Amino acid sequence: MKRNDDFQERRKHLADLSDEQLEARFWELANKLVDPLLEMGYEYTSPAVERSVLLRMGFSSLEAKAIVDGCIEHNLIDHGTGNVIYRLAKNSNMEIRDAGLELIEGRLWDEAESLFNGGNQ
Amino acid sequence: MSEYKLNPDKPIDVSEILKDLDKYRPRRRGWVWRKPVKDLHMGPFEYHDCTEPLERSVPLPPAHYFGDIDPQPGPVITTEIASGRFEDDIRRMRMAAYHGADHIMVIRTAGQSHFDGLIEGTPQGMGGVPITRKQVRAQRKALDMIEDEVGRPINYHSYVSGVAGPDIAVMFAEEGVNGVHQDPQYNVIYRNINMIRSFVDACESKKLIAWAGMAQIDGAHNANATAREAWKVMPELMVQHGINAIFSARVGIPKKNICLSTVPPTATPAPCVYMDLPYAVALRDLFHEYRMRAQMNTKYIESSTREATVTHVLNMVISKLTSADIQSTITPDEGRNVPWHIYNIEACDTAKQTLVGLDGLMEMVELKQDGYLRDKARELKERAILFMEEMLELGGYFNAVEEGFFVDSGIYPERNGDGIARKVDAGIGAGTIFKRAKDYMAPVTAHYGYNNVAQYGDEFVENPSALIGGCTLEYPEKIVYIDELDETDNVNVRMSDVKDFVPGGKKIRPEMEWLADGTVMLTMFFPAPKPIAEAAALECAKRMNLTECEVISREIMSPQDGTRIEVKGKVPFEIDVDKLVIPKEPDVLSDDVIRADIERRPMKIVAATVGEDEHSVGLREIIDIKHGGIEKYGMEVHYLGTSCPPEKLVNAAVELNADVIMASTIISHDDIHYKNISKIDAIAREMGIRDRIIFIAGGTQVTPELARKAGADEGFGRGSRGVHNATFLIKRRWEMEEAESKKGE
Repeated sequence: MKRNDDFQERRKHLADLSDEQLEARFWELANKLVDPLLEMGYEYTSPAVERSVLLRMGFSSLEAKAIVDGCIEHNLIDHGTGNVIYRLAKNSNMEIRDAGLELIEGRLWDEAESLFNGGNQ
Repeated sequence: MSEYKLNPDKPIDVSEILKDLDKYRPRRRGWVWRKPVKDLHMGPFEYHDCTEPLERSVPLPPAHYFGDIDPQPGPVITTEIASGRFEDDIRRMRMAAYHGADHIMVIRTAGQSHFDGLIEGTPQGMGGVPITRKQVRAQRKALDMIEDEVGRPINYHSYVSGVAGPDIAVMFAEEGVNGVHQDPQYNVIYRNINMIRSFVDACESKKLIAWAGMAQIDGAHNANATAREAWKVMPELMVQHGINAIFSARVGIPKKNICLSTVPPTATPAPCVYMDLPYAVALRDLFHEYRMRAQMNTKYIESSTREATVTHVLNMVISKLTSADIQSTITPDEGRNVPWHIYNIEACDTAKQTLVGLDGLMEMVELKQDGYLRDKARELKERAILFMEEMLELGGYFNAVEEGFFVDSGIYPERNGDGIARKVDAGIGAGTIFKRAKDYMAPVTAHYGYNNVAQYGDEFVENPSALIGGCTLEYPEKIVYIDELDETDNVNVRMSDVKDFVPGGKKIRPEMEWLADGTVMLTMFFPAPKPIAEAAALECAKRMNLTECEVISREIMSPQDGTRIEVKGKVPFEIDVDKLVIPKEPDVLSDDVIRADIERRPMKIVAATVGEDEHSVGLREIIDIKHGGIEKYGMEVHYLGTSCPPEKLVNAAVELNADVIMASTIISHDDIHYKNISKIDAIAREMGIRDRIIFIAGGTQVTPELARKAGADEGFGRGSRGVHNATFLIKRRWEMEEAESKKGE
């Protein structure tokens, strides 16, 4: 899109604002712009977010990647990959780390799926 | 655990840094600002805006005139390091710290943004290093030692961007990284990473940044570097700053840790201060709750390091007239190569020199409160507001990006239709976000967003990681450390290739970025136009046996009469350190000691150029206060002029009851200079004053050994200065006094 500089025309509604009002206007608009972005972050997760959870749970970067890929494949990521491992460990009476390593080895996925009713709850 | 400690008298041993890295834990988290000192006194001066001095540093070159002081200005000073080999960067970090850098920013290798996960090990990078846990750990560990050595905390910094932002943010929080770049807009506009993914990931990253107390820097300066006419994106820059600033604050980063990466948008020959200052003022008006990271202009940098340096000094004038919490430095060679060691240091010194030179400026001047400056600032703010109004009218951020709103070269609301447009459903990582289910849960600390921990007990809501007995942020021993994944591309292989050149060892080669790289730079002038000069310069370099020669800078002196050329190349040989002939450093007393001793006991000197010799320059330089000669110490010098017969010189010494005879003898054919020295010695003996007088002789052809053999107490050859003469005279007198007092016992 091309447009000439129509600043003088557009600014009319700002012309009478004090500097303080102008500043307040700037931040009001900035807040409005980021509202939906923050909401999205609140409601969604991503492979990177999940890997970062698994790193904090004591998995290596290579292990975290494998677990996240498996959770996507088995439609479990929306429950949280950390949740999958936590529930699996609790249910199978295993250590957190051991439960994750089992998943990496391709085992216990059926159990994991059944713990979340085979998908979305 | 290795007991290695830095020794200020030895090079840093990188192999020691690399030992036991699996057991290293960072000793602190969070960003550290400099500590201002009110009315700081250093040497003969008082400073108004300076901060706590360093315990060890390399001061600016003229500091020896002022008692070797090294005042440290207010802003944290950044140096950006990007050689591609982190092991060599460690040595550069120590050099930069000695020159006043306390913010070490490590540039990432090209392509890391698109790597979906953490890179491990220590592969070599291009234009930066692959940021990995091992590399970060090694550098933070080295900086722990370096900061103890220089006596000021050093902030370590890299990037949380790309498609693995949250992974990197966790690793940084675990490893004690102190500052980061984090701005989802950077992913979207410059790295073509899907915008939804970028913002979802950014929430998690920022939560971790907040937890670790890191300082965050945004990515808005890139618009300046990318736009066709950089000064026209000023309204947009404010919008980008605004979005990232408020987004970060609402995720939880304290505003005092949120820094705007702001660049004076234009450069000379534009009237840059006139254009850039209103923008700087507008920004600081709107963002007074946030911090300013003053970046330097890179957009218009060319291959002249002098020109780049002046631009950067002008940038810092803006910093000083407004404010800067972090003063970034761009190396002046950025326009021609991946920065070299020496230019990182030059850039740090440029910042320190300029900011110390401008110390106290704002106690004397203030910016006008009306007229062009304020009107222009107001206009820029209004344009930014109009920009955001239209974004919201279009449906918000994503729609505006799809419309190509950003990095358009028109000054908004003008539009040139050349902005960078991205589609909301495209880009790297498109389609990779997942809506969290009702039972979504993550049992870790510093997790952003919906987290149904309550399903496992209300007691875990405030502390989700208690579900798993704590996460790595509380229990770093849970971190899984990976050393190397690639057997050939790693630091051990690289260091073993250059093991003969380990600093402090027996072999040495010139170096610009990597150990033993052999790189040298030559500056030449040719009385010829550019094409001939360039070709001639390369031919010269070739005949000097340099390899991989390349012209890195050319400047026209006049179109036909002359061209200045800089060439780089590599030397094909190595130097055997043991075979070098290293002259002994002349032994020099400090000015204060010399002055004090003259005050204790005055010293009278008779001086002349002896024989049939009309040369006067050398001796006058040794004597005259104007040339920094010995008169400045309060020594009383009687100068008898040139062509002075030896007899006359000794007679004058007797008449004046002088303590010293100082003879200059330049002409050397037939060894006349040494003959004159012998003559003076002989006459003084005849007259019975030789044992109570000090006799020194100097001249361009005089060597100390032969002068002593000819009968002088000491000789001074080419390159001698007043202080060398004065040092000898004082020390000789001390010896004579000691001998005298022993005789008396």
